[in-house]
Amino acid sequence: MRHRRRFAAAAVGTVAVLVLAACGGGTSGGTSGSGTGGGTGSGGIQNPSDAKGGTLRYANSGDWDSLDPADTYYAYSWNFVRLYGRALVMFKSAPGADGATLVPDLAESLGKSSDGGKTWTYTLRKGVKFEDGTPVTSKDVKYAVERSLDKATFPNGPTYFNDFLDLQGYTSPYQDPSPDKLGLKAIETPDDSTIVFTLNKPFSGFDYFAQLPSTIPVPQAKDTGTKYKEHVVSTGPYMFQTNDLGKSFTMVRNPNWDPATDPNRKALPDQIDVALNVNSDDIDNRLVSGDLDVAIEGSGVGPSAQGRILADQNLKANTDSSLQARIWFTVLNSDVAPLDNIHCRRAVMYAADKTGYQRAYGGSTGGDIATNLMPPVIPGAQQFDTYPTPNNAGDIAKAKDELNQCGQPNGFSTNISYRAERPKEKATAETLQQSLAKAGINLTIKPFPLNDYLKLYAGKPDYAKANGLGLMVYGWGADWPDGYGFLSQIVDSRTIRATGGNSNLGVRDPAVDAIIDQAVNEQDQTKRQQDWVDVDKKVMDDAYMLPGIWAKGLLYRPQNLTNVFITNGFQMYDYLALGTTRK
Amino acid sequence: MTAPLEVPGAAEQAAPEAVTEGMGSAIQGRSLWQIAWRRLRRDKVALAGGVVIVLLVLVAILAPVIVALLGHDPLEFHYDQIDPDLQISPGPFGGVSGQFLFGVEPVNGRDIFSRVVYGARISLLVAFLATLLAVIIGTVAGIVAGYYGGWVDSLISRAMDVFLAFPVLLFALALAGVIPDGSFGLSGDTLRIVVIIAIIGFTSWPYIGRIIRGQALSLREREFVDAARSLGARTPRILLTEMLPNLIAPMLVYATLLIPTNILFEAALSFLSVGIRPPTPSWGGMLSDATHWFQIAPNFMLFPGLAIFVTVLAFNLFGDGLRDALDPRTR
Repeated sequence: MRHRRRFAAAAVGTVAVLVLAACGGGTSGGTSGSGTGGGTGSGGIQNPSDAKGGTLRYANSGDWDSLDPADTYYAYSWNFVRLYGRALVMFKSAPGADGATLVPDLAESLGKSSDGGKTWTYTLRKGVKFEDGTPVTSKDVKYAVERSLDKATFPNGPTYFNDFLDLQGYTSPYQDPSPDKLGLKAIETPDDSTIVFTLNKPFSGFDYFAQLPSTIPVPQAKDTGTKYKEHVVSTGPYMFQTNDLGKSFTMVRNPNWDPATDPNRKALPDQIDVALNVNSDDIDNRLVSGDLDVAIEGSGVGPSAQGRILADQNLKANTDSSLQARIWFTVLNSDVAPLDNIHCRRAVMYAADKTGYQRAYGGSTGGDIATNLMPPVIPGAQQFDTYPTPNNAGDIAKAKDELNQCGQPNGFSTNISYRAERPKEKATAETLQQSLAKAGINLTIKPFPLNDYLKLYAGKPDYAKANGLGLMVYGWGADWPDGYGFLSQIVDSRTIRATGGNSNLGVRDPAVDAIIDQAVNEQDQTKRQQDWVDVDKKVMDDAYMLPGIWAKGLLYRPQNLTNVFITNGFQMYDYLALGTTRK
Repeated sequence: MTAPLEVPGAAEQAAPEAVTEGMGSAIQGRSLWQIAWRRLRRDKVALAGGVVIVLLVLVAILAPVIVALLGHDPLEFHYDQIDPDLQISPGPFGGVSGQFLFGVEPVNGRDIFSRVVYGARISLLVAFLATLLAVIIGTVAGIVAGYYGGWVDSLISRAMDVFLAFPVLLFALALAGVIPDGSFGLSGDTLRIVVIIAIIGFTSWPYIGRIIRGQALSLREREFVDAARSLGARTPRILLTEMLPNLIAPMLVYATLLIPTNILFEAALSFLSVGIRPPTPSWGGMLSDATHWFQIAPNFMLFPGLAIFVTVLAFNLFGDGLRDALDPRTR
């Protein structure tokens, strides 16, 4: 298993609907990359081309959570879904930072807000059709959002609409008494090309919600609930030809997709083949041998392939390094004595050898040493270092000084937890054990099963407290590259639920929550970005998290692949743009 | 009267060699053990297995000395041995050298030789103690079932069936996962070792138990047991001094054959990361870590794998030889 977007939770600690399956972040095979690697980095386009034709072959080492746009929460899936569905808004298909900007897709323009950010209006483009030739109307979009609210039917998708729409008790179109199943008051469709969203509180970044796959129109007549994923009705340039769930699927050109209505998509290949549940080492080998075009998870090759590719200049020239909106970090749990004392937490911050942290994640290829939370790839992020140490290797003298102020001059003992299935997290726990021991902080290493890490162990406050999990190794990737999409789920104390399943493992600070509220209500983008930097600074000042690595991925680019670039929107190759010279 | 090991009955079972070898000179009684040793001595393969076992035990006991002479601390990181980009040693075959006999681990550069040597301690300790536990439970249950028969036998035999039908690995995984740290007044590695021994011991006793029960069933019909009973011996005495000594041979044989199974079981638990916790070295845990590296650092998988292979093979060969020597009819 490799990079997957975390199954994030309900946004503002209201609905506990989503018990997270917690695929937190990348994984074993995953994140590796090369700062020194060949290729272009995320700057320009490799092998630019407009030549159409050929078959593009993708492989996935696991499987989609679902191909249904209402039920998917992986970054690669949100990237790929744009091939067969058009949401109101989308991330621009462009290299680098440009790819993290939003452009209208099904809508004619970005959302127009009124009522201080509580009401958002979109107008649909004319002439967009489903694959069967039926015109797309705003009611199809409304129906799609309605069904995405039903977390009993679609448990995987994000819950932003559940949390922010003014639902007035609405649960699901499948339990909707109104005959047209469009009973949700929070979304209005005054005519076939206009759709209006009403929120329960102002939210300045609503366009990010409008880019969620949940707004991809679904024709009510073709909706088969949980079975819709077997044949999603396409609005994009490709439609499903065959779909053998769990094994493979094939997509061909959609005759009813009109390029005139779509300025964003190049649609170069004639056909797209995707193989599922392929062994990840096998995927890496086949990429190098030219038997495969794209590893769809986009998290980079595994450690074995990394070693082989970096040792061979010819192979190395065909790599791109993607800076990801993902951080690997360790939470310092303020529930566990003596880490309830800020000075003991700061002692850990100073004692940690971050070069060891970086080695655990694959060296400079795996990521850059993180000095604060927000990855530099996120628009508006600032890099700062609250706890500088020589060469990032730790400063034992300063750590001892903090220990004295904490009243623990001889150090203390606590536990460090990690996800047992993640070799890199294990290496992290081992390296922290070594470096903290030099300051007298002794760690006992405790692995927990990945699937229950958030539900029962580290993400369950009473368990973590009772079992003295002082340090908890974890990682987080942004739902989208923006302060809210990255930080809200890991530092807002109001998202912490006593029942477990939290992704905020221990930041409980009213001051942080206050700045978050300020950011959510801020309409001005520059000021909003500064607010998120302030959140980052506050969390670092109070030493709730030890930032480890800002992840990078080493992506291998077979030579037949054309029009290749990394988009900061998803921090992997942009799947809308790819073509192939192999016919 | 007791039924010592050299009862005529037992000697007669092993008759041919004993009789023929005794011809010509003054006829001298040989104990079962003397006969068995003569046979074992002729079985070179089994002897080789035995020698390897002795060596392994010595390695485990003398681990600190061996590592001090030939290796490095098993927990010590050697970042200087690792290429920071490739994550592995730049040296040949994962950094095999005079200084690091088996090379170094990827990422952190720990000495694989030292970790394999220390891993022997965990493997052998767990396997021996778990087997001891299984033999004790199995013998008690088997002898009681065999001797009493009737409903006692039915009850115990069904219990064995239940244990044999158990999905042992799944059970072990679940149990090892839920036992909190600091149970039974123990914590850390000690607790893990005790838990693993208990899990393996409690789930592998029926293999011994069934064999002992079978033997006990036939032994209780023998004349010396009848004799003891007619002389007024009480049940405990019959069980302990008449029957038990005659069960030593099968106990020993099956214990020797159970040890390698238990070594593999411990390795499997560590492989699935519910065994000994890192950073304490164990063979199964090393194999598990090595799966991501075998293409570029095969030494990381090879050496702990070889250690498991050699150990299991040695115990199996020795156990087979021992069985042939003690009970030629099963040959």
